[in-house]
Amino acid sequence: METIDTKVLVVGGGGAGMSAAAAASRDCRVTIVDDNPHYGGQIWRQGVSEKAPPEALELINKLENRSVGFAPGTTIVDSPEPKALIGSRAGKPTLFRFEKLVIATGARERFIPFPGWTKQGVYGAGGLQALVKAGLDVAGKRIIVAGTGPLLVAVAEYLQRKGAKVSFVAELAGKARLLRFGIGLVQYPSKFLKACSFALAPSSISIRTSSLVEEARGGRRVESIRLNRHGKIEEHECDILAIGYHLVPNLELPTLLGCDIGSEGAMVDSYQRTSVADVFAAGETTSIGGIELSCVEGQIAGYAATGNKESVKRLVSKRNKLRGFSRILKKTFEIDDRLKSSVKAETMVCRCEDVSYETLLEFDNWRDAKLQTRCGMGPCQGRICGPATEYLFDWSPDGVRPPLFPVRVKELGDL
Amino acid sequence: MKSVGLTIDGEEFEFAEGTSVAAAVLNSGRHEFRRSVTGSARSAFCGMGVCYECRVTIDGVGMEKSCQIYVAQGMRIQTDGNY
Repeated sequence: METIDTKVLVVGGGGAGMSAAAAASRDCRVTIVDDNPHYGGQIWRQGVSEKAPPEALELINKLENRSVGFAPGTTIVDSPEPKALIGSRAGKPTLFRFEKLVIATGARERFIPFPGWTKQGVYGAGGLQALVKAGLDVAGKRIIVAGTGPLLVAVAEYLQRKGAKVSFVAELAGKARLLRFGIGLVQYPSKFLKACSFALAPSSISIRTSSLVEEARGGRRVESIRLNRHGKIEEHECDILAIGYHLVPNLELPTLLGCDIGSEGAMVDSYQRTSVADVFAAGETTSIGGIELSCVEGQIAGYAATGNKESVKRLVSKRNKLRGFSRILKKTFEIDDRLKSSVKAETMVCRCEDVSYETLLEFDNWRDAKLQTRCGMGPCQGRICGPATEYLFDWSPDGVRPPLFPVRVKELGDL
Repeated sequence: MKSVGLTIDGEEFEFAEGTSVAAAVLNSGRHEFRRSVTGSARSAFCGMGVCYECRVTIDGVGMEKSCQIYVAQGMRIQTDGNY
């Protein structure tokens, strides 16, 4: 197996990971591993129809000038021993050995099952944006963007710029809550925060608040949605439904390594240290707080991993201030029990193993359900149905087991 | 922009370099990437390499996440939809 030795290994090439690598590479050899083909993570995702924004390009240039190693398209699947991880790319394993590790695995969208969510033409909201950045043509398509979260409007505006006909954004949160969110943001006067504020950024997109998609209708493809708007039922035609309920941190790697996990994500101290020695975590894997917080946490982790305490101290107050934004986000886009009422007996909860809501009702915990129904044991390893069953049944996940992502039997032989 | 030639379920297409395989499959007019374990037709969903709904066979290698892989000259993409 190929081996890469590095002083600092960073898992995740988004805002947090790139910032960590930039900070750490002032002093030593750094390598970034990322599942995606490019730097940028989700929020700065690049693709055939999208260049990264200037602040991301600046970081990328810095990493290139400092000869930071980059292993793109590589998924971490296991940790065979302390201070080593195995990454897999196109069926080939690589062993990464490190002295310090920065986990910057970011977040993914949270999906809550509802009737019709497995139909063709139903995508995640950020998911559709990622597909369009990678070349999907949405010109002329009638799209409804739905769910909850600060990025829905930004997604809708992006799709419109790409020629889609966005009918409206259906936001679960109520108007009063969104207004408070906007007011709360005044103390964070930055470009990004303004861009995701409903109250501050005038938009050509129509927003329907207190609205939830109860069903995606049609044959194999979605043709319309049933919308519950303040309790009033409406039906709207569409070609595409892009729906996501805010974000959940990617915790598989910190969990595998035995890091303590709290209610917000991987737990860290003021140096971004996790509970495991020489393992740091930064960005949305520690709490959902936006790109600015992610970058500051990344910088702190990078400096802390290389013993640069003075630089850490300079950043602490900035991080603490931005964490206030994280709390506002959580309060505004918390999902309540309303979504539970649209799930039907036959609604699929686990898309990998086709396990329905009704089947899962017989169990009282995630582990039993997994063993009896294979819920969460398919290729995604519970990444989609885990947060869904946590919401629907209040089940908590029971740890992870390698490989974190599917690997081929031939590859297992090489490990 | 440079374009690359490839086949999807045996049919020839050209796409701009840097297009993901998932976007290429969708742009080709196909929406059925795979059949689920109980036989229902599934399409790309999460767009970021998490859900595995967009998996296809690429150059004979199965279970590839098409949203995380770019198109390449001469690539042979096989969906479950053509069976």
